[in-house]
Amino acid sequence: MISPDADLLLEIVDLHAMVADQPILKGVNLSIRAGEIHAVMGRNGSGKSTLSKVLAGHPAYSVTAGSVRYRGADLLDLDPEQRARLGLFLGFQYPVEIPGVSNLEFLRVATNARRAELGREELDTFAFEDVVRERLTVVQMDAAFLERSVNEGFSGGEKKRNEILQMALLEPVVAILDETDSGLDIDALRIVAGGVNQLATAENATLLITHYQRLLDVITPDFVHVMAAGRILRTGGKELALELEERGYDWVDQELAVLEVV
Amino acid sequence: MLASSPRPEVAVDAAWTSRLLECLPSPSGDLETEQRRGREALARQPLPSRRQEDWRFTDLAPLKALDPAGMAAVSTAVGSAPLPPPPDPTLLPEPAAGSLRLWLDGRSDPLAGQSLPPGLSLLSGEDLHQALGRTLACCGCGQHWPVQLNQATASHCLALRVSGSIAETLELVSVADRLHTLTPVRLLLLLEEKASLEVLQVQLGSGPSLSSLVVEVQLGRQAQLLHGMLAIGEADACFLGHLAVEQASDSRFRSVMACRGWGLSRFEPRIVQAEGAAHTELKALQLAERDQLADTHSQVRFLGPDGALEQLHKAIADGRARSVFNGAVAVPRLAQRTNANQMSRNLLLSDQARIDTKPELEIVADDVRCTHGATVSRLQADQLFYLQSRGIDAATASRLLKRGFCQEVLRDLPAAAAVWNPLQRLMAEV
Repeated sequence: MISPDADLLLEIVDLHAMVADQPILKGVNLSIRAGEIHAVMGRNGSGKSTLSKVLAGHPAYSVTAGSVRYRGADLLDLDPEQRARLGLFLGFQYPVEIPGVSNLEFLRVATNARRAELGREELDTFAFEDVVRERLTVVQMDAAFLERSVNEGFSGGEKKRNEILQMALLEPVVAILDETDSGLDIDALRIVAGGVNQLATAENATLLITHYQRLLDVITPDFVHVMAAGRILRTGGKELALELEERGYDWVDQELAVLEVV
Repeated sequence: MLASSPRPEVAVDAAWTSRLLECLPSPSGDLETEQRRGREALARQPLPSRRQEDWRFTDLAPLKALDPAGMAAVSTAVGSAPLPPPPDPTLLPEPAAGSLRLWLDGRSDPLAGQSLPPGLSLLSGEDLHQALGRTLACCGCGQHWPVQLNQATASHCLALRVSGSIAETLELVSVADRLHTLTPVRLLLLLEEKASLEVLQVQLGSGPSLSSLVVEVQLGRQAQLLHGMLAIGEADACFLGHLAVEQASDSRFRSVMACRGWGLSRFEPRIVQAEGAAHTELKALQLAERDQLADTHSQVRFLGPDGALEQLHKAIADGRARSVFNGAVAVPRLAQRTNANQMSRNLLLSDQARIDTKPELEIVADDVRCTHGATVSRLQADQLFYLQSRGIDAATASRLLKRGFCQEVLRDLPAAAAVWNPLQRLMAEV
C-alpha cells in the first residue's frame, strides 16, 4: 500500500537519545507514510527497543538531539498520554502486570481517553462491553480475560494478544510493535499477526520491531531497516529481511566497522 | 534535688485519667465487676507513652485532647441520665440481603426487639463472666491500656455462642461522633466445634471522639470465622481496637481489616493457636494521610505443631502521615512444622510521610518454615508509564494503581460489606 503521495505520519530526523547517561540512539532517520508497514530489525542492544520507548515518551530516556514530527506536531513536546490520545500506540515487549486493576476497566478508561480526542462520545460500562466483545474476535480472546487484573498471571501469548486487543480498541494512526513475536508459539504468532493485518489500513501505519524474520512471513513489510549501534544502517524491501535471515547479523558488524573507520 | 520529679506529661496524663474516672457513673449492670476492675487498673496504670517500646512511634496526643468529662458523660449506664439519640440509621446504607444488622454502642442492648437466627444464642450470667477476659488473658493483652479503658467504660457486651453453620452475616455497626464522644464496644464470640460464621464490623468515627473496641473470639475445633472490619474515621476521631482470638486445632480464622481517615488509629490483632494445627489469615489495609497516624501491632503465637499463618499488611502513607506496622510471630519449640508467612507492602506517596514496618519473629522450633518481607515504594514507574502510554493521564493512572493496591485486601471482606462501598470510602478524595 505504498504511495509517495500518502500523508507523512512520522518523521524522525537525526534522533539521539540516552538512558542513564548512556547514549543509545546516535542519529536515527526514518519517515513513515500512511498505508506503510515498516520493520526495524537488529541485534539485541542495537537500539531498536530504545527507539520505540523514546517515541512513546518513556521518562527514563532523554532525547539529546534531533527531532520527531508526528502528523505535523512536535512529538517530543507531548506527554506520553497525549501521544497515545493522538493515535500513537506502543505494543510492549513486556506488557506490565497491574494487580487489582480490572482489565475491562483499564480498557474502558483507555478507550474513552482516545475517543474524547477523536470527538466521540464516552462509552459507559454497558456500551463498552458490546464494543470490547466484538473486538475480542480480532485476537480470538476469551471474554474471561476481561474480568482478570491487567496482564496478571497471563501467559506470554495472552499478554501479547491483550496488547493487540488494546490496539484494536484504540485504533491508532501509528502502531509501534516492540518484539511482539517474542515468546510466541506458532499458533499465537498467527493469531497476533492476523490481528495486526486486520487492523492495517490505507490511513494508518505500522512499525514492527523484531529480531527474527518469522514475524515477517506473516506480516509483509513494505520497508525493512537494519539497525546497529543506534543508527539505521541499511533500508530495503522485504528481501532485506530474508538476506539477514540467510547471512546472519555478522555482515552488519563488518559494515559498521567500515563506517566507524570512515 | 534528691528525688527526681516526675516528667510534666506524666502529671498531665494522670490528671486526664483521674478526671475520666471521677466523671464516670458508678459501675452497674451486667459488666459491673468488669467496670470496677478496669477502673482500678486505669487508676494504677499510666497512659501509654512513647518511652515504651510498643508505643515508640505512636503519640496519643489526639486522644488526650479529648475531654474526659464529655467522654464519661455519654458512658452513662442504664438507669442514669438519658443517652443522646443514636445517629440516624436512615443515613446509612440498607443492610445486604442475608445480613443481620445490630447497633453496638457499648451501653444498650443491641438486640432490643430483634431475635437471633438459629445457631446464635446469648451468653449471660455466670457463663458470660466465666468467658469474659479469658481470651484477652490467653493472648497476653488483658493488661493493655486500651483494653482497660474499654473495660472501665463499656456497660454492655454482645456475647454470643455460635453453633452450626450460620448463613446470615452478622453486621455490627458502631458510631462515635460529637454527641457520642466515647463508644466502647465489646464483643465476645464463642464458636463451638464445627461452627462457622461471618462477621462484618463497621466502625465509624467523626468529630473529636474515641471508638474503643475489644473483641474476644474462641474457636472450637474445626470452627471457622471470617471477621471483616471497615473502620472509617474523620479528622479528630480516634480508634483503639483489640481483637483477641484463641484457636483450637483445625479451626480457620480470617481477619480482613480496612481502615482510613482516623486522626489516630491503633489496631492490635492478637492470635493464639492454642494447640497449633490451625489456620490463621490476617489481611489489613491502612491508609494514613495529612497528619494522621495509623498503627497496627499484631501478634500470632503458635502453642502447638503444624500451625499455619498467612499475613498480608498493606499501607499507604501520604501527606505528613505516619504508618506503623509491627508484626510479631512467636514459634516456641513445641510448635514444630509451623508454616508462617508475613508480608508488609507499603506505598509511600509523599516526601513528608513516614512508614515504619517491622517483623518481630521469635522462632525457637527448628523444623519450621517462616518467611517475612517488607517493601516500601512509590507507585511503580513502569506501571504508571504503561497506563499513560494508553492515553490515561498521570493523575487517573495513580488513582487506578492505588485502587488496585487496595483491592487486594478489600475483595476479601465479607460479601455483606459491598453495601458500604468500601473502595469508594477508602479512595474518596478528601
